[in-house]
Amino acid sequence: MKLEYADVQQTSPKQTASRSKQKWNGFYRKLKRNKIALVGGAIVLFYLLVAMLAPVLAPFDPLEIHLEKKLVPPSAEHWMGTDDKGRDILSRLMYGTQLSLAVGFVSVLIGMVFGIVLGVVAGYYGKWIDTVIMRVIDVLLAFPGILLALAIISALGPSLMNVMVAVGIFSIPTFARIVRGSTLAVKKLEYVDAVRALGASDFIIIAKHILPNIMSPIIVQATLRVATAILTAAGLSFLGLGAQPPTPEWGAMLSNGRDFLFSAPHIALFPGIAISTLVLGFNLFGDGLRDALDPRMKK
Amino acid sequence: MLVFIIRRILQMIPVLLGVTLVVFLIMQMVPGDPAVLLAGEGATPEKIAEVRHQLGLDKPLALQYLNYVKDVAQGDLGESIRTNRPVLSEIMTRLPVTIELAAASILITIVLGVFAGVVSATKQYTVADISLMIVALLGVSLPNFWLGLMLILYFSVKLHLFPVAGWGSFMHMVLPALTLGTSGAAIVARMTRSSMLEVIRQDYIRTARAKGVKERVIVYKHALKNALIPVVTVVGLQFGSLLGGTVLTESVFAINGLGRLIVDAIRMRDLPMVQGAVLVVSVIFVLVNLAVDIIYRSLNKRIELN
Repeated sequence: MKLEYADVQQTSPKQTASRSKQKWNGFYRKLKRNKIALVGGAIVLFYLLVAMLAPVLAPFDPLEIHLEKKLVPPSAEHWMGTDDKGRDILSRLMYGTQLSLAVGFVSVLIGMVFGIVLGVVAGYYGKWIDTVIMRVIDVLLAFPGILLALAIISALGPSLMNVMVAVGIFSIPTFARIVRGSTLAVKKLEYVDAVRALGASDFIIIAKHILPNIMSPIIVQATLRVATAILTAAGLSFLGLGAQPPTPEWGAMLSNGRDFLFSAPHIALFPGIAISTLVLGFNLFGDGLRDALDPRMKK
Repeated sequence: MLVFIIRRILQMIPVLLGVTLVVFLIMQMVPGDPAVLLAGEGATPEKIAEVRHQLGLDKPLALQYLNYVKDVAQGDLGESIRTNRPVLSEIMTRLPVTIELAAASILITIVLGVFAGVVSATKQYTVADISLMIVALLGVSLPNFWLGLMLILYFSVKLHLFPVAGWGSFMHMVLPALTLGTSGAAIVARMTRSSMLEVIRQDYIRTARAKGVKERVIVYKHALKNALIPVVTVVGLQFGSLLGGTVLTESVFAINGLGRLIVDAIRMRDLPMVQGAVLVVSVIFVLVNLAVDIIYRSLNKRIELN
């Protein structure tokens, strides 16, 4: 009897499910043992909850101006004080969590989608396609730090939306390189030859057999990249090129706090602590995920 | 080695051409007609057509790019819309400050990073190791613009040890260089630690110990020399984020360098200036990468054998 790719597919869903369950159980056990990763995960979860519950938790309206209460230092009424327009900093930070997380996730999603497509195509097809794509990636990596994002913002104009696009493009090379490397390693394995021999199309091989097997480094990288994206976006807003006033974005709040650094340092203090702890959370969690998902990458 | 250097320089050319292409294409993304922008508000259609012709904007895109590359190769980066001065001369007046800042910061990155990494590795799992690695993790997570503000608040405003802003003396340099060098130092520390831990477990280190060589000599002379090889690459990569980071640091400390020039140019929509400055910084980064590759190769003879 001639065995077709589709037949093989139909025979093994149960086995595949149980194998994947085992794999996830192992991963979960490893992650649970890693205390540092748990701390990171807890920090991220905390901020996710704050972002979701901001309308309920925030004691004041983040945009409401109370000039009679401007520059109030931290007190029982305003735990983190007020800014130069009398707005409650704690409430603004809570709403700002939504923006920071959104910028982090959306920009990483943009970078990840394009990076995966470019990396997998380069790695899978090889030859001139690989050369062309990787030279493009080399060029994008030749822009130091946030400079590429800055150049894109300069063309598109300052706004939070454009920051997401710019930071997303800035993340593409990192994902493309990792995905290409992993694809190269996986496509040489026997099972890929086997499904190809059974007549599976390139698309099926990539989507069903290569991508699921290279997800670990992608997930690790995505987690760590969210941290970088949040930092970069906050930096761009700090320079006045991202969120515009009165948006309660952390970088923009910090920039505002700079003008009152001597008279009311609390305005700059709290947004900085918020950015640092959230970024720390993603870094810790990303490191832990790396150890649990991909021990070879352990530093 | 000479063949390697020549080959690397030749490989650099397409990357540099690619950088000019990306910068050129990004500027094409600018909404609206650049001729209208350059002609100024209320310009007549004739004036706009004249500007378009003068700048070659009426030519096909490919031809515009070729002309742009030709100009760049001759050192002509165009004129600033704001000051009407050549972009290159504006950049050159600001560049030395940024290079000084970047050099001081990379020094902090290397010295602090390597020292912390070595201490951590030689005292693995002690309080010193754990505390240093926690500090390193914090260092990676702190936004450097915020760290800069906090350093100003504490060391300049409270303790009056350093000037609040500006550039020109050693004292002006300390806080900005610390601000910019910290996150790099944190990454270098983590890399040095793991690299040292691998090296100090090797046989030749055990042999040196067995021969009674002093621990300090073993660590700094025998182990560190080899442990630093992978660190060189990390330092090279850090130089990139450091160059990008000057934009934020110069803004925090009101330093008139290239980074601040870029931000001001973006705010003023002075696109030729943005284009020129981004190009110059990227070229510097590509050259630094070349230098790092050469250093890495001369340190690691095994690559040459392969």
